[in-house]
Amino acid sequence: MSAQLTDTVRVETAASAAPERRLNPFVRAALLVVALLVVLALPWYIYPPVAMDILAWGLFAISVDLLLGFTGLLSFGHAAFWGMSAYTTGYIATQVGVPFPVAILGGTLAAMLIAIPTGYLAVRRTGIYFAMVTLAFAQMLYFIANQASDITGGENGLQGIPKTFFGIELVETDSFYFYYAALPIILLGAFIAWRTVSSPFGRVLLAIRDNPARARALGYDVERYKIMVFVISAGIAGLAGGVFSVSHGFASLQELVWTTSGKVVLMTVLGGIGTLWGGPLGAAVVVLLEDQLASSGFNGIGIITGAIFIIIVLLFRKGIWGTAADFIERIRSGMASRGRGDA
Amino acid sequence: MSASPTTTEPLSQPPESGTGTAILRTVDLTKDFRGFTAVNSVNLEVADNTIHALVGPNGAGKTTLFNLLTGFLQPTSGQILLRGDDIAGKQPEQIAHMGVARSFQITSLFDEMTLVEHLELALASPTGLGYKFWSSRKRLGAFRERSMELLSEVGLADRSGQRAGSLAYGQKRALEIALALANNPSLLLLDEPTAGMGIEDVDRTIELVKKVSPGRAVVFVDHNMHVVGSLADSVTVLQSGEVLAEGTYDQVRNDERVITAYLGETGDTHE
Repeated sequence: MSAQLTDTVRVETAASAAPERRLNPFVRAALLVVALLVVLALPWYIYPPVAMDILAWGLFAISVDLLLGFTGLLSFGHAAFWGMSAYTTGYIATQVGVPFPVAILGGTLAAMLIAIPTGYLAVRRTGIYFAMVTLAFAQMLYFIANQASDITGGENGLQGIPKTFFGIELVETDSFYFYYAALPIILLGAFIAWRTVSSPFGRVLLAIRDNPARARALGYDVERYKIMVFVISAGIAGLAGGVFSVSHGFASLQELVWTTSGKVVLMTVLGGIGTLWGGPLGAAVVVLLEDQLASSGFNGIGIITGAIFIIIVLLFRKGIWGTAADFIERIRSGMASRGRGDA
Repeated sequence: MSASPTTTEPLSQPPESGTGTAILRTVDLTKDFRGFTAVNSVNLEVADNTIHALVGPNGAGKTTLFNLLTGFLQPTSGQILLRGDDIAGKQPEQIAHMGVARSFQITSLFDEMTLVEHLELALASPTGLGYKFWSSRKRLGAFRERSMELLSEVGLADRSGQRAGSLAYGQKRALEIALALANNPSLLLLDEPTAGMGIEDVDRTIELVKKVSPGRAVVFVDHNMHVVGSLADSVTVLQSGEVLAEGTYDQVRNDERVITAYLGETGDTHE
């Protein structure tokens, strides 16, 4: 028995190829430290509001990856949860004047609340039909937000959202300090996503992604699992949307429009699905590119991002992170086998 | 989290002993696909502690019947009585929790997962552990020992850490059976367990099914008359969705209607 188990461990490391455990724990820990350092250093090198955008979109992309990469569901209406939280956070912050993390928490709960009926209806469908149902919900929310201009400000959006933060003036006025005040919220969202995919629940999600009929035959209530992950994902998108609206000081219809849903899917696929790391990378590429192009006065941003998207999808089918992870793992296992040879 | 049900589904019952009682009975079970009647008024009776074979030419409705019995299809009319309770209209996952397990005709696994992970997932199903998105997946390791036992039982222990996608065909079929056995079902449904196997694998599978059958009822579909003859206590022959004949293997293969319909060309070649 014990001989079998040692054998198991060895074969597992050699044969592992599922994205979430492609890298060995040591490499993953090292990457986590590097990622944290990058995130901490970001506003020193990049204009802080842009750095904040990267993190917000990155977390948003993680929420999409939770569905697309880990459950096999393409949501094409995730702007609904991002936008719902952006507006609700803004509304709470302006009306109640609570510290912004509390307002974001409210926005997140609102996003999760509307995700329950959306998810309930959407998970009955798969593939393109699932995408269509989520898109329909997002569009509905867009039109409601447009009509309810008393609350949402209609075309003008919700303006003057304060960065109230326990009277700490540096955070409330300086975007550099605001970045660090909001960072824990982003990290919390990323942690929830990581916890979810590396739980027994996450294992069931992978089973559902790869073979839903078999998962059902084993006794797993596939629809219930999908609704649950949909609501968790909406919550993470909500955290991201809340940070985004507080950071910008306004929530506009742009947050709910269908191109926002498309953009976040693009970022996720660009970075590599089923990885969690990919989303933030894709977000960084797109946000930085947009920022560079916009400041150089170029108007056809969509053409450039679209072209890059096509190139990456054609050349690196697994996205930026998926390809990079393969590369790292190949180097590592190459070194490991050489090490064994010496010994 | 409002949507975090922690209630555990009822655990699968240990197989109830008591021979002779019907564990599964269908009453006028019918499935109609827009005018095409795939299963027509089938009355099937499976006694506990027996092995029951479903045979019949392609398109006879065997797999449709399996899908009805396991909730993957809903019957147009009729009843499916599991220990006397009508389970028609229940979902596959509900039926799975009532002690019914199935394998699939076309190998149906999670290619990216290792063998031991497959078994852990199957064993965790009745415990509700799958809903715990806040705890570590290491908790699935609690099922590792039992998983290894099941893998040993089907002769796959030395491949426990391999991904299912990398297995040879016969090994995949064996893993299917291990998965179906995991929660000690009282009714085991095997859809063509030996399909596409070489003769050695076929014999191994026959031995395996024999070994695991005591204490439960087994229903299987197979085209191989050697398998049917070696395993089945009773046989139901289906044709065009209807029951053509029933009885022991010897009774059925000497039945004239069966000979003309199905066994004619293969009935005596495998003995």
